[in-house]
Amino acid sequence: MWNYTDKVMDHFLNPRNVGTIENPDAEAEVGNMTCGDALKITIRLDDEKRISDIKFQTFGCASAIASSSVLTELVKGLTLDEAAKITNRNIADALGELPEEKMHCSVMGMEALQAAIVDYKKKHGEPYEELEVDETDHEGRIICHCFGITDAKIRKVAKINNLHTVEEITEYTKAGGACGMCLDSIQEILDEMWAEPAPVQEDSFDSLSLVKKILRVQEVIDKEIKPALERDGGSIELIDLEGKVVHVRLKGMCAACPNASLTLKKLVEGKLQELVCADLQVEEVK
Amino acid sequence: MSSNIIYLDNNATTCVAPEVFEAMTPYLTEFYGNPSSIHRFGGQLAAKVEEARAQLGALIGAQNSEIIFTSCGTESDTTAIRSALSICPKRRKVVISKVEHPAVLNLGKELERNGYKVSIIPVDARGRLDMDRAREMIDSETAVVSVMWANNETGNIQPVIELGELARKNGALFHTDAVQAVGKVPMNLAELPIDMLSLSGHKFHAPKGIGALYVKRGVRFHPYIIGGHQEHGRRAGTENLASIVGLGKAAELALANIGHENTAVRALRDKLEQGVLASIPSVRINGDVEHRLPNTANISFEYIEGESILMLLDMHNICASSGSACTTGSLEPSHVLRAMGVPYTAAHGSIRFSFSRYNTEAEVDRVLEVLPPVIARLREISPYWKQQQN
Repeated sequence: MWNYTDKVMDHFLNPRNVGTIENPDAEAEVGNMTCGDALKITIRLDDEKRISDIKFQTFGCASAIASSSVLTELVKGLTLDEAAKITNRNIADALGELPEEKMHCSVMGMEALQAAIVDYKKKHGEPYEELEVDETDHEGRIICHCFGITDAKIRKVAKINNLHTVEEITEYTKAGGACGMCLDSIQEILDEMWAEPAPVQEDSFDSLSLVKKILRVQEVIDKEIKPALERDGGSIELIDLEGKVVHVRLKGMCAACPNASLTLKKLVEGKLQELVCADLQVEEVK
Repeated sequence: MSSNIIYLDNNATTCVAPEVFEAMTPYLTEFYGNPSSIHRFGGQLAAKVEEARAQLGALIGAQNSEIIFTSCGTESDTTAIRSALSICPKRRKVVISKVEHPAVLNLGKELERNGYKVSIIPVDARGRLDMDRAREMIDSETAVVSVMWANNETGNIQPVIELGELARKNGALFHTDAVQAVGKVPMNLAELPIDMLSLSGHKFHAPKGIGALYVKRGVRFHPYIIGGHQEHGRRAGTENLASIVGLGKAAELALANIGHENTAVRALRDKLEQGVLASIPSVRINGDVEHRLPNTANISFEYIEGESILMLLDMHNICASSGSACTTGSLEPSHVLRAMGVPYTAAHGSIRFSFSRYNTEAEVDRVLEVLPPVIARLREISPYWKQQQN
């Protein structure tokens, strides 16, 4: 028996926004019946290009239906660019909690949304590469043949959810959940992804040129700090480096977060001091 | 809570019969002695163990000396197969079927890792064994053939007599996991070419935690659990007296009701199936409809997923189970349905209803009232239902 939260049960028993929109502005279908779950969403935008209506149809278990339903509530009123920042974490959080084995249901919600956004952008000739989720382009190599999961998807989901074990990857993406032939390959991807960053020689930072210093700070922000903030719906931007003072701007949820200064000191400054140079300081640019 | 529950998951476990509970209680209260003791207070209880053995023997057609009490079906399966491998060390091969219970299937994998050869007999679309392949596989290298009497998911009854004869002809032992068959299928082991048989009490109204292994007289045996002299040294460990008494009583009741299982219980199952077929489109009955247990129905509701169905049924206090991947947290649907080549799309939406003599016609009527709107509601949400209708 699954330990579903009241919110999961509520969305399963009273799903919001079931159906399809005729002539939608954006649509996508991910998953299939063979894999055991599938989700189709259709989206209508208003004059300000905000999501005014979204409907879903799901083939799947209670948590798949609940994830789809809560997704439609999360994105209403957002622009597509705002919606693109929704991750499976946001979906799981909105449901209170999902059993670990069911996290792939929330990932399916994120994928459908992003695929719909790509669909819209393609139709309107807008750039969409950064979404990296277009199921029709064959970037990435298939790792799990049973469920058709690519290395790109494994990396992406691992990054968003900070996953470090093969078991977690299976729970979140299904990869490796059937015949198990790809379990070693998944381990290799994780090993490579989470390899210890090369030790930084602390005394060498001062001798670098300004450009190299900025690059090094940027790298740590991109690889270590940004993913952590993005999990909570926020982000960060490097503005400048003056001597040993790093100027950054907090974005998204982080900008409005009452704990922003704590985030800045503990996470941003802490990571930069640990990985770049011990006497760096961080200042927020509003 | 239990009074308004409609329990249609009797292949998972059954209720303890009131008569069984009543028979057991003195052995959990006053008569707590150890049957192996010399004093009368304990020692007299050995007679109760033998009485239960005789009751069970009457149900399956065995003598007392042929029955060993164990803790469960899985222990019986493991003991039987490992015993066969111990007593004929020169034969390194085990033959099982693709639709065995995990108790046998996963033991097979473990044996394979330990260097044994394990051959797996495939099944056809209705879940019937490929007997031509079985004839090829069972050979002079084979130590033991282990095939279930009846399948827990579909209820399919397997040709155990033919398999037993095949094994015998090749000098191999034949074991059958009869956990689902005992109490539902009449059997007289004295006349059958079955060397070992596993059974489990909680599948026929005895409590959980008690099982038995039948070992035909004359078949050599090697114990799995080593220790004291209980069960004539064939299964060490102090007797689970109250449960043994309960198993004996449950066997007595099962024997008295076996006709009822095959008439009244069968009628309930058939009524449910016919009602579903008449009221819900796009359903299929899985299994060998002509040759299956009288109490089991395995039905696929296409275009929707089993866990959702079970959870909505649960909201109406109806208990069933599913071969869907999602119900277990595994990502693949039932190995039994896959072995039969049931399309994944139908396997994900499969529901097993399994009856007992405690079910009523009113319960079936209630399920037939609840089920069509539940299925319609999930199909309304499913992207495939509309597609296939267009």
